[in-house]
Amino acid sequence: MSQQTPLNAVHRQLGARMVDFGGWDMPINYGSQIEEHHAVRRDAGMFDVSHMTVIDLDGDRSRDFLRHLFANDVARLKTPGKALYTCMLNETGGVIDDLIVYWLAGTRYRIVSNASTRDKDLAWIRRHAADYAVTVTERPEMAIIAVQGPTARERVHGLLSTATSQSATALARFAAIEGDGLFIARTGYTGEDGYEIVLPDSEVVAWWQKLVDAGVRPCGLGARDTLRLEAGMNLYGQDMDETTTPLESGLAWTLAMKDERAFLGRAALQAQLDAGVPQRLVGLVLEDKGVLRHDQRVITDAGDGVITSGTFSPTAGKSIALARVPRDATSFRVDIRGRELPARAVDIPFVRDGQARPGL
Amino acid sequence: MSEIPGDLKFLKSHEWARVEDNGTVTVGISDHAQGLLGDLVYVELPQVGDSVDAGSACAVVESVKAASDVYSPVSGEIVAVNAALSDKPETINEDAFGEGWIFVVKASDLGELEELLDPDAYAELIEGEE
Repeated sequence: MSQQTPLNAVHRQLGARMVDFGGWDMPINYGSQIEEHHAVRRDAGMFDVSHMTVIDLDGDRSRDFLRHLFANDVARLKTPGKALYTCMLNETGGVIDDLIVYWLAGTRYRIVSNASTRDKDLAWIRRHAADYAVTVTERPEMAIIAVQGPTARERVHGLLSTATSQSATALARFAAIEGDGLFIARTGYTGEDGYEIVLPDSEVVAWWQKLVDAGVRPCGLGARDTLRLEAGMNLYGQDMDETTTPLESGLAWTLAMKDERAFLGRAALQAQLDAGVPQRLVGLVLEDKGVLRHDQRVITDAGDGVITSGTFSPTAGKSIALARVPRDATSFRVDIRGRELPARAVDIPFVRDGQARPGL
Repeated sequence: MSEIPGDLKFLKSHEWARVEDNGTVTVGISDHAQGLLGDLVYVELPQVGDSVDAGSACAVVESVKAASDVYSPVSGEIVAVNAALSDKPETINEDAFGEGWIFVVKASDLGELEELLDPDAYAELIEGEE
């Protein structure tokens, strides 16, 4: 029996096509994935991401603990409410999970991580937290709605109390506030502005309906995937996992290695840097008609690589992909059902400010 | 779900076949199949003149979600393809049993169509899937 979020019945009432997503019964779309995608790029859409994992941490040494646990440095969080994207690595530098950590206040932090990695994340965090006497509290009673798109924030503001609305309006990117019983973070996974709102299960159905009434379109996980890929954002388990390091996954920018901080996995990353990182993640666009897909073989002038995520980009009107290829590769062809089609390496994100990059 | 036209026959893999007045067989995918696939973004068509075997893959439809083979319900020769789908693959989403046809086969043995499901049997099949 798969797990359900508190919005499950709402999705079904809205006519969603439901699929199993890592053990969760989730909406893939409510009719047209492409229309949902465009709603987020042009207006406002929302996603039920209550399957994601919320973990709260507290303890006198919580900051020291997280500086040890994460490859990015929570010391970069200078004011309460600020958020940091980071990988959590194993001893060989492989990615256990990617997540967002928020500094709530004082010694309190909040982690929002993936759904499919819940058990191993908690086990890993608890194992290392013991040395720092940090308490680790999973928050399964919390739901999350991601409201995304160029008009998303103003639509949310209209539903808030005056005080909370003012705080939200003033909120910087990658920061969060608490108000009206909501944890409101200006973060997302679509490349658009918007909020990820963490709230109690008991409140989420009512808020979902308020957002619908405010003109926010329900969107399924299908559109979430095409949006995140256009935005050049990795998907855990597909673009990186425990066998690949952030250096091989386009995530070098998330590594804080300038000082001597001894975080988990650092020695392995340093060894890989010293030896030369053998492969890298690139953005590809298909020149011809067709669709790039996960696991297709990429033929390069430096050996074979593989598509880690591929899709049709509704914004660009052509197929785009992330591919892991040999470091020195400069030319790319993709094996699609036995035919080798030329692809071109492009900068990511593929889409910015709602538009495909010029020349894509 | 749109009505299933009574003059169609179906493969379990959701292709439909219709025998035209001139004896050729028009092939497409069912409305149920397009719903499962979601928004279609690409159709790989066979070539006119290709010979096909009943049950062999001879076209591919791709949605944002996945690629899916289209099997020929009959053996014979491809005599027409719906080239308009190259630019408007979403036609299949909009009209799977009509404008969204994919190819036409000149069948070498129309008797092969006896093996296919009639509309009632097909409706029962997809009901069982849901």
